[in-house]
Amino acid sequence: MKLRRNIATSESGFVFNPTNGDSFSTNPVGTEILFLLKEGMSFREIKDALVNRYDAEPSVVEKDIDDFALALKGFNLLEYES
Amino acid sequence: MEKLKYERPSIKQLNAGLMNKFGLKTEYNPVTHIDGAPVKQIIADYGSPVFVMSERQIRKNYQNALRAFKTRYPKVQFAWSYKTNYLSAVCNVFHQEGSWAEVVSGFEYNKALNNGVPGNKIIFNGPDKREEDIRLAIENDSLIHIDHFDELYFLIEICEKLDRKPRVAIRVNMDTGIYPMWDRFGFNYESGQAWNAINKIMSTDRLELVGLHSHIGTFMLSTSAYAVAAAKLCDLAYHFKLKYNQNIQYLDLGGGFPSTNTLKGSFLPGADTVPSIDEFAEAITTTILNYGFRQDELPLLMLETGRAMVDDAGYLLGTVLATKRLSDGRRATIMDFGVNLMFTSFWYDHKISPAQEFSHHTEDMVVYGPLCMNIDVVRESVSLPLLQRGDNVVVHKVGAYNMTQWMQFISMRPNVVMVDMNDKVHLIRRAEKLEDLQMMEVMPEYLEKHEL
Repeated sequence: MKLRRNIATSESGFVFNPTNGDSFSTNPVGTEILFLLKEGMSFREIKDALVNRYDAEPSVVEKDIDDFALALKGFNLLEYES
Repeated sequence: MEKLKYERPSIKQLNAGLMNKFGLKTEYNPVTHIDGAPVKQIIADYGSPVFVMSERQIRKNYQNALRAFKTRYPKVQFAWSYKTNYLSAVCNVFHQEGSWAEVVSGFEYNKALNNGVPGNKIIFNGPDKREEDIRLAIENDSLIHIDHFDELYFLIEICEKLDRKPRVAIRVNMDTGIYPMWDRFGFNYESGQAWNAINKIMSTDRLELVGLHSHIGTFMLSTSAYAVAAAKLCDLAYHFKLKYNQNIQYLDLGGGFPSTNTLKGSFLPGADTVPSIDEFAEAITTTILNYGFRQDELPLLMLETGRAMVDDAGYLLGTVLATKRLSDGRRATIMDFGVNLMFTSFWYDHKISPAQEFSHHTEDMVVYGPLCMNIDVVRESVSLPLLQRGDNVVVHKVGAYNMTQWMQFISMRPNVVMVDMNDKVHLIRRAEKLEDLQMMEVMPEYLEKHEL
Protein backbone atom coordinates (compact mmCIF):
# COMPACT_ATOMS: atom_id res chain seq x y z
CA MET A 1 0.00 0.00 0.00
CA LYS A 2 1.26 3.42 -0.92
CA LEU A 3 0.21 6.96 -0.21
CA ARG A 4 -1.45 8.64 -3.18
CA ARG A 5 1.16 10.64 -5.04
CA ASN A 6 -0.65 13.96 -4.91
CA ILE A 7 -1.21 13.98 -1.14
CA ALA A 8 0.55 16.95 0.43
CA THR A 9 2.03 16.54 3.90
CA SER A 10 3.86 18.94 6.18
CA GLU A 11 6.29 18.43 9.04
CA SER A 12 3.75 19.90 11.44
CA GLY A 13 1.29 17.11 10.65
CA PHE A 14 -0.99 18.87 8.20
CA VAL A 15 -2.23 16.65 5.36
CA PHE A 16 -4.08 17.86 2.28
CA ASN A 17 -5.80 15.90 -0.47
CA PRO A 18 -6.02 18.18 -3.54
CA THR A 19 -8.38 15.77 -5.32
CA ASN A 20 -11.31 16.49 -3.03
CA GLY A 21 -10.05 19.29 -0.77
CA ASP A 22 -10.04 17.18 2.40
CA SER A 23 -7.53 18.15 5.03
CA PHE A 24 -6.29 16.26 8.06
CA SER A 25 -3.96 16.53 10.98
CA THR A 26 -1.72 13.81 12.31
CA ASN A 27 0.21 13.39 15.53
CA PRO A 28 4.03 13.09 15.37
CA VAL A 29 4.08 9.29 14.93
CA GLY A 30 1.38 9.56 12.25
CA THR A 31 3.39 12.28 10.51
CA GLU A 32 6.46 10.08 10.59
CA ILE A 33 4.61 7.14 9.06
CA LEU A 34 3.33 9.32 6.21
CA PHE A 35 6.85 10.63 5.64
CA LEU A 36 8.26 7.08 5.51
CA LEU A 37 5.44 6.00 3.18
CA LYS A 38 6.38 8.84 0.88
CA GLU A 39 9.97 7.63 1.02
CA GLY A 40 8.65 4.39 -0.44
CA MET A 41 8.94 2.19 2.64
CA SER A 42 6.54 -0.69 3.14
CA PHE A 43 4.43 -0.92 6.30
CA ARG A 44 6.63 -3.76 7.53
CA GLU A 45 9.77 -1.64 7.12
CA ILE A 46 8.01 1.25 8.82
CA LYS A 47 7.14 -1.00 11.74
CA ASP A 48 10.80 -1.98 12.18
CA ALA A 49 11.86 1.65 11.97
CA LEU A 50 9.38 2.71 14.65
CA VAL A 51 10.28 -0.18 16.95
CA ASN A 52 13.95 0.89 16.74
CA ARG A 53 13.12 4.50 17.48
CA TYR A 54 10.33 4.30 20.04
CA ASP A 55 9.85 2.65 23.38
CA ALA A 56 7.06 0.25 22.36
CA GLU A 57 6.43 -3.46 21.93
CA PRO A 58 6.61 -4.64 18.30
CA SER A 59 3.16 -6.22 18.57
CA VAL A 60 1.68 -2.91 19.72
CA VAL A 61 3.34 -0.99 16.89
CA GLU A 62 2.20 -3.58 14.35
CA LYS A 63 -1.41 -3.37 15.57
CA ASP A 64 -1.32 0.43 15.54
CA ILE A 65 0.13 0.61 12.02
CA ASP A 66 -2.55 -1.73 10.71
CA ASP A 67 -5.17 0.44 12.34
CA PHE A 68 -3.57 3.61 10.96
CA ALA A 69 -3.50 2.09 7.46
CA LEU A 70 -7.21 1.30 7.79
CA ALA A 71 -7.86 4.94 8.67
CA LEU A 72 -5.77 6.15 5.68
CA LYS A 73 -7.74 3.81 3.46
CA GLY A 74 -11.01 5.08 4.88
CA PHE A 75 -9.98 8.65 4.12
CA ASN A 76 -9.04 7.73 0.51
CA LEU A 77 -5.41 8.61 1.03
CA LEU A 78 -3.94 5.33 -0.24
CA GLU A 79 -3.35 4.23 -3.82
CA TYR A 80 -5.98 1.85 -5.14
CA GLU A 81 -4.66 -1.68 -5.30
CA SER A 82 -6.36 -4.30 -7.43
CA MET B 1 20.41 5.73 22.52
CA GLU B 2 17.37 6.16 24.70
CA LYS B 3 14.15 5.42 22.88
CA LEU B 4 11.45 8.06 22.41
CA LYS B 5 8.10 7.97 24.17
CA TYR B 6 5.60 6.24 21.94
CA GLU B 7 2.09 7.41 21.15
CA ARG B 8 -0.02 5.48 18.70
CA PRO B 9 -0.35 7.15 15.27
CA SER B 10 -3.50 9.12 14.66
CA ILE B 11 -5.06 11.04 11.81
CA LYS B 12 -8.04 13.30 12.20
CA GLN B 13 -10.08 14.94 9.47
CA LEU B 14 -10.32 18.71 9.78
CA ASN B 15 -13.81 20.05 9.32
CA ALA B 16 -14.29 23.69 8.47
CA GLY B 17 -17.97 23.66 9.31
CA LEU B 18 -19.86 25.74 11.81
CA MET B 19 -17.93 26.40 14.97
CA ASN B 20 -19.48 25.80 18.34
CA LYS B 21 -18.87 29.03 20.21
CA PHE B 22 -19.37 27.13 23.46
CA GLY B 23 -16.77 24.54 22.37
CA LEU B 24 -15.80 22.50 25.37
CA LYS B 25 -12.29 21.78 26.50
CA THR B 26 -11.05 18.35 25.54
CA GLU B 27 -10.10 16.27 28.54
CA TYR B 28 -6.44 15.56 27.97
CA ASN B 29 -5.18 16.90 31.28
CA PRO B 30 -4.56 13.87 33.45
CA VAL B 31 -6.31 13.38 36.79
CA THR B 32 -3.60 11.68 38.78
CA HIS B 33 -5.01 12.05 42.31
CA ILE B 34 -8.39 11.86 44.03
CA ASP B 35 -7.97 14.44 46.76
CA GLY B 36 -4.43 13.51 47.81
CA ALA B 37 -4.54 9.81 46.95
CA PRO B 38 -2.71 8.70 43.76
CA VAL B 39 -5.03 7.09 41.21
CA LYS B 40 -2.41 4.58 40.06
CA GLN B 41 -1.77 3.47 43.64
CA ILE B 42 -5.50 3.00 44.33
CA ILE B 43 -5.77 0.81 41.22
CA ALA B 44 -2.63 -1.13 42.21
CA ASP B 45 -4.05 -1.76 45.70
CA TYR B 46 -7.73 -2.31 44.95
CA GLY B 47 -7.88 -3.36 41.31
CA SER B 48 -9.71 -1.95 38.34
CA PRO B 49 -12.44 -0.88 38.09
CA VAL B 50 -12.80 0.64 41.53
CA PHE B 51 -15.19 3.25 42.93
CA VAL B 52 -13.64 6.02 45.01
CA MET B 53 -15.61 8.23 47.40
CA SER B 54 -14.16 11.50 48.65
CA GLU B 55 -15.07 12.10 52.29
CA ARG B 56 -13.80 15.66 51.97
CA GLN B 57 -16.19 16.42 49.11
CA ILE B 58 -19.17 14.86 50.90
CA ARG B 59 -18.60 16.98 53.99
CA LYS B 60 -18.00 20.08 51.88
CA ASN B 61 -21.26 19.54 49.97
CA TYR B 62 -23.24 18.94 53.16
CA GLN B 63 -21.82 21.96 54.95
CA ASN B 64 -22.42 24.14 51.91
CA ALA B 65 -26.06 23.04 51.65
CA LEU B 66 -26.62 23.48 55.38
CA ARG B 67 -25.12 26.97 55.25
CA ALA B 68 -27.30 27.88 52.26
CA PHE B 69 -30.48 27.02 54.16
CA LYS B 70 -29.52 27.89 57.74
CA THR B 71 -28.41 31.39 56.88
CA ARG B 72 -31.89 31.98 55.41
CA TYR B 73 -34.22 30.04 57.70
CA PRO B 74 -34.06 29.37 61.46
CA LYS B 75 -35.03 25.68 61.61
CA VAL B 76 -33.50 23.29 59.08
CA GLN B 77 -32.92 19.53 59.18
CA PHE B 78 -31.41 17.39 56.45
CA ALA B 79 -32.13 13.67 56.16
CA TRP B 80 -29.76 11.54 54.13
CA SER B 81 -31.50 9.90 51.18
CA TYR B 82 -30.39 6.29 51.58
CA LYS B 83 -31.38 5.22 48.07
CA THR B 84 -28.88 7.67 46.59
CA ASN B 85 -25.94 5.88 48.17
CA TYR B 86 -26.48 3.54 51.10
CA LEU B 87 -22.96 2.34 51.62
CA SER B 88 -22.77 2.52 55.39
CA ALA B 89 -19.51 4.51 55.45
CA VAL B 90 -21.08 7.13 53.19
CA CYS B 91 -24.25 7.25 55.32
CA ASN B 92 -22.22 7.66 58.49
CA VAL B 93 -20.31 10.63 57.09
CA PHE B 94 -23.71 12.31 56.66
CA HIS B 95 -24.88 11.16 60.10
CA GLN B 96 -21.68 12.54 61.66
CA GLU B 97 -22.52 15.86 60.02
CA GLY B 98 -25.96 15.78 61.67
CA SER B 99 -28.11 14.36 58.92
CA TRP B 100 -31.06 12.13 59.81
CA ALA B 101 -31.97 9.16 57.58
CA GLU B 102 -34.60 9.09 54.86
CA VAL B 103 -35.49 5.59 53.74
CA VAL B 104 -37.96 4.07 51.27
CA SER B 105 -38.02 0.36 52.13
CA GLY B 106 -37.77 -2.04 55.01
CA PHE B 107 -34.27 -2.94 53.90
CA GLU B 108 -33.15 0.69 53.99
CA TYR B 109 -34.96 1.22 57.30
CA ASN B 110 -33.02 -1.60 58.93
CA LYS B 111 -29.81 -0.37 57.36
CA ALA B 112 -30.36 3.02 59.00
CA LEU B 113 -31.00 1.34 62.37
CA ASN B 114 -27.84 -0.73 61.92
CA ASN B 115 -25.94 2.47 61.22
CA GLY B 116 -27.00 3.67 64.64
CA VAL B 117 -29.62 6.20 63.58
CA PRO B 118 -32.20 6.61 66.38
CA GLY B 119 -35.65 5.49 65.25
CA ASN B 120 -37.16 8.92 65.83
CA LYS B 121 -34.69 10.39 63.37
CA ILE B 122 -35.68 8.15 60.49
CA ILE B 123 -38.15 9.35 57.87
CA PHE B 124 -39.93 6.41 56.27
CA ASN B 125 -41.07 7.28 52.74
CA GLY B 126 -42.19 5.33 49.70
CA PRO B 127 -45.17 3.36 48.46
CA ASP B 128 -43.97 -0.04 49.68
CA LYS B 129 -44.06 -0.37 53.46
CA ARG B 130 -44.75 -3.92 54.60
CA GLU B 131 -46.62 -4.68 57.81
CA GLU B 132 -43.48 -5.71 59.66
CA ASP B 133 -41.75 -2.51 58.51
CA ILE B 134 -44.63 -0.35 59.67
CA ARG B 135 -44.77 -2.09 63.04
CA LEU B 136 -41.04 -1.53 63.50
CA ALA B 137 -41.36 2.13 62.49
CA ILE B 138 -44.21 2.62 64.98
CA GLU B 139 -42.27 0.97 67.77
CA ASN B 140 -39.26 3.18 67.01
CA ASP B 141 -41.31 6.40 66.86
CA SER B 142 -40.15 7.06 63.28
CA LEU B 143 -41.77 9.61 61.01
CA ILE B 144 -44.04 7.68 58.66
CA HIS B 145 -44.83 9.50 55.43
CA ILE B 146 -48.07 8.11 54.04
CA ASP B 147 -48.14 7.63 50.28
CA HIS B 148 -51.68 6.44 49.47
CA PHE B 149 -55.08 5.79 51.02
CA ASP B 150 -54.54 2.02 51.16
CA GLU B 151 -51.50 2.67 53.32
CA LEU B 152 -53.40 5.18 55.43
CA TYR B 153 -56.19 2.71 56.22
CA PHE B 154 -53.70 -0.12 56.75
CA LEU B 155 -51.73 2.06 59.15
CA ILE B 156 -54.87 2.90 61.13
CA GLU B 157 -55.67 -0.82 61.33
CA ILE B 158 -52.20 -1.66 62.68
CA CYS B 159 -52.37 1.19 65.19
CA GLU B 160 -55.66 -0.12 66.52
CA LYS B 161 -54.04 -3.50 67.09
CA LEU B 162 -50.94 -2.02 68.71
CA ASP B 163 -52.79 0.74 70.53
CA ARG B 164 -50.13 3.22 69.47
CA LYS B 165 -50.35 6.69 67.94
CA PRO B 166 -47.44 7.19 65.53
CA ARG B 167 -46.22 10.49 64.14
CA VAL B 168 -47.09 10.73 60.47
CA ALA B 169 -46.93 13.06 57.51
CA ILE B 170 -48.62 12.84 54.14
CA ARG B 171 -46.81 13.08 50.88
CA VAL B 172 -48.45 15.66 48.65
CA ASN B 173 -48.10 15.79 44.87
CA MET B 174 -48.95 18.92 42.95
CA ASP B 175 -48.66 20.90 39.77
CA THR B 176 -45.57 23.06 40.12
CA GLY B 177 -45.39 23.95 36.46
CA ILE B 178 -42.87 21.30 35.54
CA TYR B 179 -43.17 18.22 33.38
CA PRO B 180 -43.55 15.38 34.14
CA MET B 181 -45.71 15.95 37.20
CA TRP B 182 -44.92 13.29 39.76
CA ASP B 183 -48.50 12.48 40.69
CA ARG B 184 -47.87 8.81 41.22
CA PHE B 185 -46.57 9.44 44.73
CA GLY B 186 -48.69 10.83 47.51
CA PHE B 187 -51.99 12.66 47.56
CA ASN B 188 -52.87 15.30 45.00
CA TYR B 189 -53.12 18.91 46.12
CA GLU B 190 -55.22 20.43 43.33
CA SER B 191 -57.95 17.78 43.37
CA GLY B 192 -58.44 18.10 47.11
CA GLN B 193 -57.17 14.57 47.74
CA ALA B 194 -54.44 15.79 50.09
CA TRP B 195 -56.94 17.72 52.16
CA ASN B 196 -59.18 14.64 52.29
CA ALA B 197 -56.25 12.62 53.61
CA ILE B 198 -55.61 15.25 56.29
CA ASN B 199 -59.27 15.17 57.31
CA LYS B 200 -59.24 11.38 57.45
CA ILE B 201 -56.16 11.41 59.68
CA MET B 202 -57.75 14.00 61.97
CA SER B 203 -61.02 12.10 62.11
CA THR B 204 -59.27 9.10 63.63
CA ASP B 205 -57.55 9.27 66.95
CA ARG B 206 -54.92 6.81 65.86
CA LEU B 207 -52.42 9.06 64.06
CA GLU B 208 -50.63 12.29 64.91
CA LEU B 209 -50.21 14.45 61.84
CA VAL B 210 -46.93 16.30 62.31
CA GLY B 211 -45.67 16.98 58.80
CA LEU B 212 -46.35 17.63 55.15
CA HIS B 213 -44.04 16.26 52.51
CA SER B 214 -43.51 16.84 48.81
CA HIS B 215 -40.90 15.65 46.35
CA ILE B 216 -41.67 17.27 43.05
CA GLY B 217 -39.20 15.53 40.76
CA THR B 218 -35.58 14.72 40.17
CA PHE B 219 -32.68 16.68 38.66
CA MET B 220 -34.86 19.79 38.84
CA LEU B 221 -33.46 22.73 36.91
CA SER B 222 -36.15 25.17 38.01
CA THR B 223 -35.97 26.84 41.42
CA SER B 224 -39.40 28.43 40.99
CA ALA B 225 -41.03 24.98 41.02
CA TYR B 226 -39.81 24.60 44.62
CA ALA B 227 -41.31 27.98 45.49
CA VAL B 228 -44.66 26.76 44.14
CA ALA B 229 -44.35 23.50 46.10
CA ALA B 230 -43.45 25.34 49.31
CA ALA B 231 -46.39 27.71 48.84
CA LYS B 232 -48.84 24.83 48.40
CA LEU B 233 -47.54 23.01 51.48
CA CYS B 234 -47.77 26.27 53.44
CA ASP B 235 -51.35 26.65 52.23
CA LEU B 236 -52.24 23.21 53.57
CA ALA B 237 -50.46 23.89 56.87
CA TYR B 238 -52.19 27.26 57.22
CA HIS B 239 -55.66 25.84 56.62
CA PHE B 240 -54.87 22.94 58.91
CA LYS B 241 -54.19 25.47 61.66
CA LEU B 242 -57.42 27.32 60.90
CA LYS B 243 -59.55 24.20 60.99
CA TYR B 244 -57.91 22.15 63.73
CA ASN B 245 -56.07 24.83 65.70
CA GLN B 246 -52.89 22.76 65.59
CA ASN B 247 -49.55 23.50 64.00
CA ILE B 248 -47.89 21.39 61.36
CA GLN B 249 -44.47 20.79 62.90
CA TYR B 250 -42.46 20.39 59.73
CA LEU B 251 -42.56 20.85 55.97
CA ASP B 252 -40.42 18.37 54.06
CA LEU B 253 -39.54 19.65 50.60
CA GLY B 254 -37.89 16.35 49.68
CA GLY B 255 -35.00 16.22 47.27
CA GLY B 256 -34.49 16.57 43.54
CA PHE B 257 -31.78 19.22 43.48
CA PRO B 258 -29.48 18.45 40.54
CA SER B 259 -25.78 17.69 40.60
CA THR B 260 -23.47 19.34 38.07
CA ASN B 261 -23.48 16.33 35.77
CA THR B 262 -24.40 16.96 32.13
CA LEU B 263 -27.70 15.49 31.00
CA LYS B 264 -27.66 13.80 27.60
CA GLY B 265 -28.82 16.21 24.92
CA SER B 266 -27.81 19.30 26.91
CA PHE B 267 -26.20 22.01 24.84
CA LEU B 268 -24.17 23.30 27.76
CA PRO B 269 -22.39 21.34 30.48
CA GLY B 270 -24.19 20.82 33.76
CA ALA B 271 -21.84 23.09 35.67
CA ASP B 272 -23.03 26.02 33.52
CA THR B 273 -26.75 25.28 33.59
CA VAL B 274 -27.59 23.94 37.03
CA PRO B 275 -28.87 26.40 39.67
CA SER B 276 -26.78 26.53 42.83
CA ILE B 277 -28.03 25.17 46.14
CA ASP B 278 -28.26 28.80 47.33
CA GLU B 279 -30.78 29.57 44.61
CA PHE B 280 -32.97 26.63 45.66
CA ALA B 281 -32.63 27.68 49.30
CA GLU B 282 -33.62 31.23 48.46
CA ALA B 283 -36.75 30.13 46.56
CA ILE B 284 -37.93 27.76 49.30
CA THR B 285 -37.13 29.76 52.41
CA THR B 286 -38.41 33.08 51.04
CA THR B 287 -41.75 31.46 50.23
CA ILE B 288 -42.16 29.97 53.70
CA LEU B 289 -40.96 33.07 55.54
CA ASN B 290 -43.30 35.31 53.55
CA TYR B 291 -46.31 33.06 53.91
CA GLY B 292 -47.49 34.59 57.15
CA PHE B 293 -46.65 32.07 59.87
CA ARG B 294 -46.02 33.58 63.29
CA GLN B 295 -42.31 33.58 64.05
CA ASP B 296 -42.73 31.09 66.90
CA GLU B 297 -44.90 28.82 64.73
CA LEU B 298 -42.57 28.54 61.75
CA PRO B 299 -42.43 24.88 60.75
CA LEU B 300 -39.14 22.98 60.73
CA LEU B 301 -37.85 22.76 57.15
CA MET B 302 -36.74 19.25 56.25
CA LEU B 303 -34.76 18.36 53.14
CA GLU B 304 -33.87 14.98 51.67
CA THR B 305 -31.22 16.10 49.22
CA GLY B 306 -29.29 13.15 47.80
CA ARG B 307 -27.82 13.61 44.36
CA ALA B 308 -26.52 17.15 44.88
CA MET B 309 -24.74 16.05 48.07
CA VAL B 310 -22.86 13.03 46.82
CA ASP B 311 -22.64 12.86 43.03
CA ASP B 312 -19.42 14.84 42.66
CA ALA B 313 -17.87 12.99 45.62
CA GLY B 314 -17.80 9.72 43.66
CA TYR B 315 -15.28 8.62 41.02
CA LEU B 316 -14.90 5.45 39.04
CA LEU B 317 -11.36 4.45 38.12
CA GLY B 318 -11.06 2.11 35.18
CA THR B 319 -8.77 0.68 32.55
CA VAL B 320 -8.81 0.52 28.76
CA LEU B 321 -9.31 -3.08 27.63
CA ALA B 322 -8.98 -2.44 23.91
CA THR B 323 -9.24 0.12 21.16
CA LYS B 324 -10.70 -0.73 17.79
CA ARG B 325 -11.97 0.88 14.63
CA LEU B 326 -15.64 0.55 13.74
CA SER B 327 -16.88 -0.11 10.21
CA ASP B 328 -17.52 3.58 9.61
CA GLY B 329 -13.99 4.52 10.67
CA ARG B 330 -14.88 5.74 14.15
CA ARG B 331 -12.62 4.88 17.04
CA ALA B 332 -14.10 2.66 19.71
CA THR B 333 -12.57 2.28 23.16
CA ILE B 334 -13.60 -0.60 25.38
CA MET B 335 -13.34 -0.02 29.12
CA ASP B 336 -13.44 -2.49 31.97
CA PHE B 337 -16.55 -0.73 33.34
CA GLY B 338 -19.89 -0.29 31.66
CA VAL B 339 -23.55 0.32 32.30
CA ASN B 340 -23.47 -2.48 34.87
CA LEU B 341 -21.55 -0.15 37.19
CA MET B 342 -22.66 3.18 35.76
CA PHE B 343 -26.40 3.07 35.54
CA THR B 344 -26.35 6.86 35.30
CA SER B 345 -24.57 6.71 31.94
CA PHE B 346 -28.04 6.09 30.48
CA TRP B 347 -28.92 9.73 31.17
CA TYR B 348 -25.62 11.58 31.78
CA ASP B 349 -22.67 12.34 29.52
CA HIS B 350 -20.16 11.55 32.24
CA LYS B 351 -16.87 13.39 32.11
CA ILE B 352 -13.95 11.00 31.56
CA SER B 353 -10.36 12.05 32.16
CA PRO B 354 -7.15 10.16 31.45
CA ALA B 355 -5.10 9.22 34.49
CA GLN B 356 -1.71 9.63 32.83
CA GLU B 357 0.07 12.18 30.62
CA PHE B 358 -0.78 12.37 26.92
CA SER B 359 0.04 14.76 24.12
CA HIS B 360 -2.63 17.25 23.08
CA HIS B 361 -3.69 15.01 20.17
CA THR B 362 -7.18 13.65 20.62
CA GLU B 363 -9.66 11.42 18.86
CA ASP B 364 -13.43 11.40 18.72
CA MET B 365 -14.52 8.03 19.98
CA VAL B 366 -17.36 5.96 21.30
CA VAL B 367 -16.68 4.48 24.73
CA TYR B 368 -18.06 1.01 25.34
CA GLY B 369 -18.21 -1.07 28.47
CA PRO B 370 -17.07 -4.69 28.74
CA LEU B 371 -20.48 -6.34 28.68
CA CYS B 372 -21.35 -8.63 25.82
CA MET B 373 -24.42 -6.52 25.23
CA ASN B 374 -25.10 -3.87 22.59
CA ILE B 375 -26.56 -1.30 24.98
CA ASP B 376 -23.36 -1.14 26.98
CA VAL B 377 -22.32 2.35 25.86
CA VAL B 378 -20.69 4.70 28.34
CA ARG B 379 -20.32 7.68 25.95
CA GLU B 380 -21.70 7.81 22.40
CA SER B 381 -19.21 10.45 21.33
CA VAL B 382 -16.38 11.97 23.27
CA SER B 383 -13.02 13.46 22.41
CA LEU B 384 -10.22 11.85 24.39
CA PRO B 385 -6.45 11.41 24.07
CA LEU B 386 -4.95 8.48 22.18
CA LEU B 387 -5.78 5.86 24.76
CA GLN B 388 -4.12 2.45 24.58
CA ARG B 389 -4.84 -0.90 26.18
CA GLY B 390 -3.85 -0.70 29.84
CA ASP B 391 -4.26 3.07 30.20
CA ASN B 392 -6.29 4.26 33.18
CA VAL B 393 -9.14 6.71 33.20
CA VAL B 394 -11.16 8.56 35.83
CA VAL B 395 -14.92 8.94 35.46
CA HIS B 396 -16.30 11.88 37.39
CA LYS B 397 -19.49 12.48 39.38
CA VAL B 398 -20.68 8.92 39.83
CA GLY B 399 -21.42 9.11 43.58
CA ALA B 400 -25.22 9.18 43.28
CA TYR B 401 -27.31 6.11 42.46
CA ASN B 402 -24.55 4.05 40.83
CA MET B 403 -23.59 2.21 44.01
CA THR B 404 -27.26 1.38 44.67
CA GLN B 405 -28.53 0.70 41.16
CA TRP B 406 -25.47 -1.19 39.90
CA MET B 407 -26.05 -4.57 38.32
CA GLN B 408 -24.36 -7.84 39.02
CA PHE B 409 -24.38 -8.88 35.39
CA ILE B 410 -21.67 -11.13 33.91
CA SER B 411 -19.08 -9.92 36.38
CA MET B 412 -18.87 -9.11 40.06
CA ARG B 413 -19.22 -5.65 41.55
CA PRO B 414 -15.84 -4.10 42.38
CA ASN B 415 -14.21 -2.64 45.48
CA VAL B 416 -15.37 0.71 46.77
CA VAL B 417 -12.89 2.83 48.70
CA MET B 418 -13.11 6.12 50.54
CA VAL B 419 -10.38 8.74 50.68
CA ASP B 420 -10.56 10.25 54.16
CA MET B 421 -9.86 13.82 55.29
CA ASN B 422 -6.14 12.97 55.59
CA ASP B 423 -6.00 11.37 52.14
CA LYS B 424 -5.80 7.88 53.56
CA VAL B 425 -7.63 5.26 51.51
CA HIS B 426 -10.09 2.91 53.25
CA LEU B 427 -11.90 -0.06 51.75
CA ILE B 428 -15.62 0.50 52.43
CA ARG B 429 -17.08 -2.35 50.35
CA ARG B 430 -15.05 -5.30 49.19
CA ALA B 431 -15.37 -6.67 45.69
CA GLU B 432 -17.89 -9.46 45.29
CA LYS B 433 -16.68 -13.00 44.71
CA LEU B 434 -18.22 -15.97 42.97
CA GLU B 435 -18.85 -17.54 46.38
CA ASP B 436 -20.94 -14.55 47.45
CA LEU B 437 -23.42 -15.32 44.71
CA GLN B 438 -23.19 -19.07 44.92
CA MET B 439 -24.07 -19.07 48.62
CA MET B 440 -27.59 -17.88 47.74
CA GLU B 441 -28.22 -20.58 45.14
CA VAL B 442 -29.80 -23.93 45.94
CA MET B 443 -29.22 -26.95 43.71
CA PRO B 444 -32.03 -29.55 43.61
CA GLU B 445 -30.48 -32.94 44.29
CA TYR B 446 -31.52 -34.45 40.97
CA LEU B 447 -29.60 -31.75 39.10
CA GLU B 448 -26.37 -32.18 40.98
CA LYS B 449 -24.78 -34.59 38.50
CA HIS B 450 -24.48 -34.76 34.76
CA GLU B 451 -22.36 -36.52 32.21
CA LEU B 452 -20.96 -34.64 29.27
